[in-house]
Amino acid sequence: MSAQGLGLSRGGRELFSELSFSLGAGQLVQIEGANGAGKTSLLRILAGLSHYGFDGSVARNCPLLFLGHQPAVKGLLTPRENLAWHVSGEGDYSQEAIDAALERVGLYGYEEVPAHNLSAGQQRRVSLARLYLSDSPLWLLDEPFTAIDVGGVAELEQQFVAHVRAGGCVVFTSHQAPRTDHPLFRLCLREGLREGLLGEPR
Amino acid sequence: MPAPPAPAFCLRLLQRQLVLALRRPAGIANPLLFFAMVVALFPLGLGPDPKLLAGFAPGILWIIALLASLLTSDTVFRSDFDDGSIEQLLLAPQPLYFSVLAYVGAHWLVTGVLLALASPLFGLMLGLPAVALPALFASLLLGTAVLSLVGGIGAALTVGLKRGGVLISLLILPLYMPVLIFGSSAVRAAVQGFPVAPQLAILGAMLCLAIVLSPFAIAAALKISVDA
Repeated sequence: MSAQGLGLSRGGRELFSELSFSLGAGQLVQIEGANGAGKTSLLRILAGLSHYGFDGSVARNCPLLFLGHQPAVKGLLTPRENLAWHVSGEGDYSQEAIDAALERVGLYGYEEVPAHNLSAGQQRRVSLARLYLSDSPLWLLDEPFTAIDVGGVAELEQQFVAHVRAGGCVVFTSHQAPRTDHPLFRLCLREGLREGLLGEPR
Repeated sequence: MPAPPAPAFCLRLLQRQLVLALRRPAGIANPLLFFAMVVALFPLGLGPDPKLLAGFAPGILWIIALLASLLTSDTVFRSDFDDGSIEQLLLAPQPLYFSVLAYVGAHWLVTGVLLALASPLFGLMLGLPAVALPALFASLLLGTAVLSLVGGIGAALTVGLKRGGVLISLLILPLYMPVLIFGSSAVRAAVQGFPVAPQLAILGAMLCLAIVLSPFAIAAALKISVDA
């Protein structure tokens, strides 16, 4: 995936401009920036959810998995049903695969509980279970660690690294630096950013 | 695992929407109760003369069905928009055209079809001759499908607004008029003993047109609503 000359202004303020980069297999990218720096907007542009109001273009040639601020989890459905009937149009997962994914995100024993009885963090985990099911190579994750406890964050980071090592690409926004020894590209959005090339991996 | 083809995905969405509707039975019962309440209001307002009521019945029943459909059309995409499911739907590899048909189809099954099934009872309450009941049922069955499709456009356009209720009525009520004209005319023709096939054929033609064209509008409107 590549982005060419992305620029965005909101309310007369330039959030970023001339942002160009390309992403390929094996990259773990963190988008950083203060509140209102345009992290979510950038991610939505990359995902193809925004069509107007920005400059530049985005080219993508592989399926993607996008997790936004909203978990897209239906309170009236159980976690199992939420994943089996997910609206993102992914493959038909087997019952075993879904149960295994739910176990990975710590929802073992909650498979048949209506999701409105789950806490915010558990609902978030239902949507994160898709990371263990999907075979989309590109992940765009907006604040994936929100409402997740410390242990869960560590497991997610491991999953990111595993996905990247397997040839995937993970782009996520977060305020906290992941504790991983895998090379991490950082894209820091600051006010008046003229060019945001991906720096050297840290 | 490969993404399922569009028809399989549509069935999955349809099943999901129907299960969601069945788990909130109040949402299914509300339009029917609304229908029954308003039908009960007319004898109070117009007087209990059965002849008078029977004369007005085709128009009354069709207008109430139209309002009941309007009342629920706001809900087609509302909850899925609020919890982020519509974003996911837009990113799905399957064509959005068919996906929105599944949403609208589920809405029609739990409102329009039920209204059409219950309508003979309401027709009898207003003294509609029994000979007109099949025409009432058939015209409502075809007509409410058009109403659901057109209502879906309004719902998709206003789903991003906090309170889209009034706006949606202003947007789509004008588009409901042709359906009302031919729907109530079918029932009136049946009361007077004329053939109803022409009116039903026109309703069917409207349905074909709506099925082909409205998903384009709904899909475009959803993209705009998510983008805004």
